[in-house]
Amino acid sequence: MITYISNNYHDIVADLVQHLWLALIPVVVGAVLALPVGYLAARRPALYQPIINLGGVIYSIPSLAVFLLIPVVIGVGVLSPLNVLLGLTLYTLALLARTVADALISVRGEVTEAAVALGYRPIRMLFGVELPMALPVLFAGLRVATVANISLVSVGALVGSGGLGNLFTSGFQLGFTEPIIIGIVLSMLLAVVFDVALVLIQRQLTPWSRAGGRA
Amino acid sequence: MITFDAVTKAFPGGNVAVDDLSLELPTGQITVFVGPSGCGKTTSLRMINRTIEPTSGTISIDGEDVSAQDAALLRRKIGYVIQNAGLFPHRTIVDNIATVPLLNGVAKRQARERAAELLTRVGLDESLGSRYPNQLSGGQQQRVGVARALAADPPVMLMDEPFSAVDPIVRDGLQKEFLRLQSELGKTIAFVTHDIDEAIKLGDKVAIFRVGGHLAQIGSPQELLDDPADDFVADFVGRDRGFRGLGFVTAEKLEVEPVSAYTGRSSDGRLVLDGDGRPTGWAVEGRDELRALPASFTKEDTLRLVTDLAITSPAGAAVRVDADGMADGVVAHEAIARHLTALRRESER
Repeated sequence: MITYISNNYHDIVADLVQHLWLALIPVVVGAVLALPVGYLAARRPALYQPIINLGGVIYSIPSLAVFLLIPVVIGVGVLSPLNVLLGLTLYTLALLARTVADALISVRGEVTEAAVALGYRPIRMLFGVELPMALPVLFAGLRVATVANISLVSVGALVGSGGLGNLFTSGFQLGFTEPIIIGIVLSMLLAVVFDVALVLIQRQLTPWSRAGGRA
Repeated sequence: MITFDAVTKAFPGGNVAVDDLSLELPTGQITVFVGPSGCGKTTSLRMINRTIEPTSGTISIDGEDVSAQDAALLRRKIGYVIQNAGLFPHRTIVDNIATVPLLNGVAKRQARERAAELLTRVGLDESLGSRYPNQLSGGQQQRVGVARALAADPPVMLMDEPFSAVDPIVRDGLQKEFLRLQSELGKTIAFVTHDIDEAIKLGDKVAIFRVGGHLAQIGSPQELLDDPADDFVADFVGRDRGFRGLGFVTAEKLEVEPVSAYTGRSSDGRLVLDGDGRPTGWAVEGRDELRALPASFTKEDTLRLVTDLAITSPAGAAVRVDADGMADGVVAHEAIARHLTALRRESER
């Protein structure tokens, strides 16, 4: 195991870094896209079900099929990392659009009514009141999407996109267990590190949600 | 002055919440909308700041039709307080209070300074300013809600059952504080409640609504108690309206017996004074310790209080004191009854 790591150190690090990018870029892009889509679903009751259903359908397509389908649809090479990036962005969008919509709907009530009555206009209300109040729910969705993406990137190795999945494919091909174990451990570590990081960021952003206990 | 002119609100599906309402809310006074649930009082309130739009009719503030104004700007000129305060959970108390000034583009520092001042104005300690709403009690949150409504110094305030969600003792404190604030600020206030006692306590004018969005009667609390327009109003103001009406008559003209008539007697309770002449209690035959005085009254107090004191006194009489707290007269049940009879004769003449 130690010898395998020392012999392949550079390849493992390169796989890890690539894995990171392949997982996180879609989270960021997907989250940014999910905001307007989720807002629309929350704002227009007629659009809520169609958007949620479409997201559900997209999320139910197996990842490998998505990775193979995208090059056909947009005409890039089968081996392009763009396939994985686009596929995971689509998943993230499908998952987070619903989270955003439900989070925005869940904060409606006395507080948002008061905000309207105090003279908020819709956009300022979204960024000043609704989204900040929705942060705990949004972060729950973001954590799921991040961990799911980190695990799904491995599948991308089957279509040659790289990442820690490379360790699995080469391990199978060569009959070694070491790279497979290393791949699993690193993938899990990555997921845990980012999950913890998100929890810490959320705590920083929402000091009010921890400030319990009456004076 | 806020004017409702033939205002009707029908919701989709045909439910008429407010039906042809015409009404005036005088400047600088508290007008209370009161009635059973479904009477349209809250809908009426919300049409003032256009959070609900009327189906027909006009509402104007000082002659300006509210529907002709930008809704958000209109609302920033109208303070708004709701039942559970509706504070922003993600903002500190000071930032909650500073909401409307910040919306209006006031510099953050200036807005916060003013917010801290308001905090003390509503009876809270400035140190609470850096806390979050869930760290405050319900009563404290409600005070912050009032401060938030006052922050931009709006001439008009809308209050939707602001004191309904707190316990009776806290409510009583909030109501007194509210009346004190209003006596300093003189805002034009529309106040919604389902509680007739609260309406009578707080309102300069009380508008009683009946189900279906009809105005049953509007007038001063005393007018409603003395002269209800119909059975609905009489029933709504309650069976003890006669007694509550005494809350509007002072004890100034009430005839009292001299204190000596009660300090000298041996049976039926003897009034005991301290060395300075302040009443300390009643000595009752067969008991060693003094029976405490429930309280005493002055000429400025109401007949309602005097009657209550006489009822609860072991001697069946209430003690009047002067400005220095010295006993200067005693009035018994019978004297109060005679006084009330005389008052009624006088008003019927």
